Amino acid sequence: MKSLDELAKIKESRRAALKIREGVPSATEKAHVMMCGGAGCISSKCLDVVDAMKEALNKNGIADQVQIILTGCMGPCDMGPVAIVYPDATFYRRLKPKDAEAIVEEHIMQGNQIPRLMYRTPGAKEPTPRVNDIDLFAKQKKIVLRNNFYIDPTSIEDYIANDGYAALGKALTKMQPEDIIEEIKKSGLRGRGGAGFSTGMKWGFTAAASGAPKYVVCNGDEGDPGAFMDRSVLEGDPHSVIEGMAICGRAIGAEQGYVYVRAEYPLAIERLDYALQKARKNGLLGKNLFGSGFNFDIEIRIGAGAFVCGEETALLTSIEGKRGEPRPRPPFPANAGVWGKPTVLNNVETWANIPEIILKGADAYAAIGTEKSKGTKVFALAGRINNTGIIEVPMGTTLREIVFEIGGGIPRKKAFKAVQTGGPSGGCIPAEHLDTPVDYDSLGALGAIMGSGGMIVLDEDTCMVDIAKFFLDFIVDESCGKCSPCRIGTKRMHEILDNISNGKGKEGDIELLEELATTIKATALCGLGQTAPNPVLSTIRYFRNEYEEHIRDKKCSCNVCELKE
Amino acid sequence: MINLTIDNQQVVVEPGTSILEAAQKVGAKIPTLCYYKDLNIIGACRICVVEVQGARTLIPACVAPVAEGMVVKTATPEVIKVRKLILELILSDHPQECLTCARNQNCELQKLAEEFGIKEIRFAGAKTEYPIDDSSPAIIRDPRKCVLCRRCISVCTNVQTVQALCAENRGFNTLIAPAFNEKLADMECVQCGQCSLVCPTGAIVERDDTAKVWAALADPEKHVVVQTAPATRVQLGEALGAEPGSIFTGQMVAGLRRLGFDKVFDTDFTADLTILEEGNELLQRVTTGGTLPMITSCSPGWIKFCEHFYPDLLDHLSTCKSPQQMFGPLVKTYYAEKEDIDPADIYCVSIMPCTAKKYECQRPEMNSSGYQDVDVVLTTRELGRMFKQAGLDASNLPDEEYDEPLGISTGAGEIFGASGGVMEAALRTVYEVVTGETLENIDFEVCRGLTGVKEATVQVGDLPVKVAITNGLGNARKVLDKIRAGEADYHFIEVMCCPGGCIGGGGSPIPTDTDIRLKRITATYTEDERMSLRKSHENPAIIALYEEFLGKPLGHKSHELLHTKYTSRGVNK
Repeated sequence: MKSLDELAKIKESRRAALKIREGVPSATEKAHVMMCGGAGCISSKCLDVVDAMKEALNKNGIADQVQIILTGCMGPCDMGPVAIVYPDATFYRRLKPKDAEAIVEEHIMQGNQIPRLMYRTPGAKEPTPRVNDIDLFAKQKKIVLRNNFYIDPTSIEDYIANDGYAALGKALTKMQPEDIIEEIKKSGLRGRGGAGFSTGMKWGFTAAASGAPKYVVCNGDEGDPGAFMDRSVLEGDPHSVIEGMAICGRAIGAEQGYVYVRAEYPLAIERLDYALQKARKNGLLGKNLFGSGFNFDIEIRIGAGAFVCGEETALLTSIEGKRGEPRPRPPFPANAGVWGKPTVLNNVETWANIPEIILKGADAYAAIGTEKSKGTKVFALAGRINNTGIIEVPMGTTLREIVFEIGGGIPRKKAFKAVQTGGPSGGCIPAEHLDTPVDYDSLGALGAIMGSGGMIVLDEDTCMVDIAKFFLDFIVDESCGKCSPCRIGTKRMHEILDNISNGKGKEGDIELLEELATTIKATALCGLGQTAPNPVLSTIRYFRNEYEEHIRDKKCSCNVCELKE
Repeated sequence: MINLTIDNQQVVVEPGTSILEAAQKVGAKIPTLCYYKDLNIIGACRICVVEVQGARTLIPACVAPVAEGMVVKTATPEVIKVRKLILELILSDHPQECLTCARNQNCELQKLAEEFGIKEIRFAGAKTEYPIDDSSPAIIRDPRKCVLCRRCISVCTNVQTVQALCAENRGFNTLIAPAFNEKLADMECVQCGQCSLVCPTGAIVERDDTAKVWAALADPEKHVVVQTAPATRVQLGEALGAEPGSIFTGQMVAGLRRLGFDKVFDTDFTADLTILEEGNELLQRVTTGGTLPMITSCSPGWIKFCEHFYPDLLDHLSTCKSPQQMFGPLVKTYYAEKEDIDPADIYCVSIMPCTAKKYECQRPEMNSSGYQDVDVVLTTRELGRMFKQAGLDASNLPDEEYDEPLGISTGAGEIFGASGGVMEAALRTVYEVVTGETLENIDFEVCRGLTGVKEATVQVGDLPVKVAITNGLGNARKVLDKIRAGEADYHFIEVMCCPGGCIGGGGSPIPTDTDIRLKRITATYTEDERMSLRKSHENPAIIALYEEFLGKPLGHKSHELLHTKYTSRGVNK
């Protein structure tokens, strides 16, 4: 890519072909069927639906007039396979191969939408045909997932048509490195990996650090149970991450990036790798981008299945080819990251925000969200909730809105008990705090954390001792074993919890758990260990009575734990 | 300079200083466990946490650098409570077999438990259970006692560059072991035992062979002789509670007699012999165009290292056996004939500062007397144990002399214990043999000290002899790589496996750190100066040995008894 003009030309030519996805009927094409190709829908066999649809199109002789596009994750995973049919933006769910013929022959050929395949809001009489009219989507705000409904993730032209790489072009041709950093600072963007550190400040520290070369790293080692925000981005819009990283490279003076992706995400790796090849082919990675003299390229590094490698220093150590274990900070990665060189490390979701901020300006971005938490946040809804899947909402949206409006509430008329945010590092927030706005500081004040975006909804049948044990079990499994508080302390906490849930709990156990928890928090080497006790502490804080019931009455009211006398 | 406050005292230190080091300046002793000065600074155990004003968590003092204006409290009630709990956790995953542990009363974990007054361990949960690895003739690993401090990994990887140990599995199941949990005996492990020196607990210890020695001493049929390595006399005192640097030569001899050894001989004797053989080998190589540089072969850890990692350079090794292994066959041939004792009845014990010697004496080539030349090797630590068992208080023992003839030695033999000593001893002899002149100043200061790679050029007659001296295998690697690359024009290289040489060997008393190594080195050269003879070729017992038995250096008998060959072992793949 030699200039902004060249980019603009690609954009214009492709945009015309995509008008149909904006609702403008096309003279040559009858429809674009956007079939969700996220890993969830692939698991629910969307590819069989695609095959059936191709067959139906061939049978009717209109294969050349309809495009079927496999997109990234659209979000509502429990409804999969899902699809949107343009130009009328009809949303279909729970598709079976046998439905393909109806969509082709009734909807596409005759213009009759198919109500039985549409989404119906719980309690509503009529289904809602158009995707943007559906509650679940209407209340969301898409920045990170801006392209997931619209583009073919394997088409760089599609990405460019939706302003892709315009931000990189702008950053390289119209902005100085310090302007880029200033813009990111002004946007108020905070790290989406969970800790919420100011992204702009991080870039600023790295730009100012002495040492060369410098590196840009993307953390795609998403490992919280039930969380798959980053996977959705990598699968659905890999170029947004590439573009974000390249912009950062320019800002801090780095020419090499690494994307660290866990091996359990083969589709994300495949799509990202393909996107990297396309970007190189189009001169959007490589030498002298946009004629600016700036060089940048990215390598993929595949993790080997350790949760701790999502911790930044462990990730960097793993990139270097060593056992993925955290190292003490300071020095921070800004000064001593990969190979001991200054490094910016942000997570996938953070990177996907960058192009939007640069293109539309920090002010537009900062207008979304709360005073201290700007922009949107992607969450993975899971557990006892109707609409499981991926959502993106403005910071400050309340838990109630997320659970009951977007999430569609609790199934089988059960009562809401708590929502667990932040995965194994997070905490459980009970019903009395449902009106809490979701932002870094409010969640922190409740003993939970924003975390990377996992949100597990618990209903009245969930035993909180069991939940705490579940997360601790995960931590005990995933602790790297380097520091003693995490290695032995979490094991002892798990053993105590196990006793409590088996009916072998004794007076003093809760206090011992608290003593262990505070010590581990204060002394563990890395973020994994320092936050590992949170699920226990927060459940003790809000549901101490359940612990006491297990210990004193040898009883689990939720009938989850099997207590033996 | 950085200004900070530690326990209400102002401190000024260099940037980059750790809180731990800064605290030492104001006399605040912060407890540590995984930390090992200059070797292992990884912040893993978390015993050293301190309170830093404004910090979100407690801060590990060993790894955290000071910062301007920092306010540190090293021993608040909260900090002490936390340290105690961490200690309690570590102890909860420990077998607590202190009374039967090799490191009883010399264990850093035990000491911490005592200092912190741990009276109860509230966690009766699982303990890590991995089998003991006793495959090696030299070193026993008991993972149950491991506190995962990783000092062994650091010394093996960073100092010795052997990498026989690594962390495996994760979390509570983390195991420090050879890769893929192989047996130590099947690995490139060179048996140097440096890991056993730095281990804070009894997780890595020497194989204890004292029972074999007690049994031999109890056997009336056996004629039990002992040889003591040069370094042992400047080490034994420490094993018995004396200050580092104490010299216990005469007391060691006296004590060994009281233990019941029939003869107390000295490896210094065969160190002198080594100089004669090796010096002549060097001269032969120089004059006949043999493989140069020639490299010393006294150190069995080094030999095994070369066999694994530099098998292409084995021709550079002197064919001389180590002094220990020259002693063994001589005792069972020369001495046996002289004293008219059936060699089958001779039991030869070595006291060595070394674990690798236990391995060396079992090498199949070490049977040139027709018997296993050296029957058993004890480390200095084990000898200390025998002295204690026998109630020998070394400081009250008289100063006795070694037995003749294999106990007669020179200062040149004595300095074999320190890095540079073999080279210095060789130069003292080679100079006089080649030039026929008397060496005026026999102290080759250039050879001495702890520097990793020492180089010198010494004019010997017409020939400027270029030498290099390395200690610690990581330093040996530097010189070996130069040889491989064809960039080394040395004639003679001394390699000692362990940092500082044998005085810092893997069988040394614990602790052995840099300061203690230096004190033992000073004691070694004090011993050298004390000797009336300080050049190997002037040793009358050696002269007699050649006249009565061997003939001449590099002669037929020498080759049969004193020289050896090496095995290309390569690296496990």
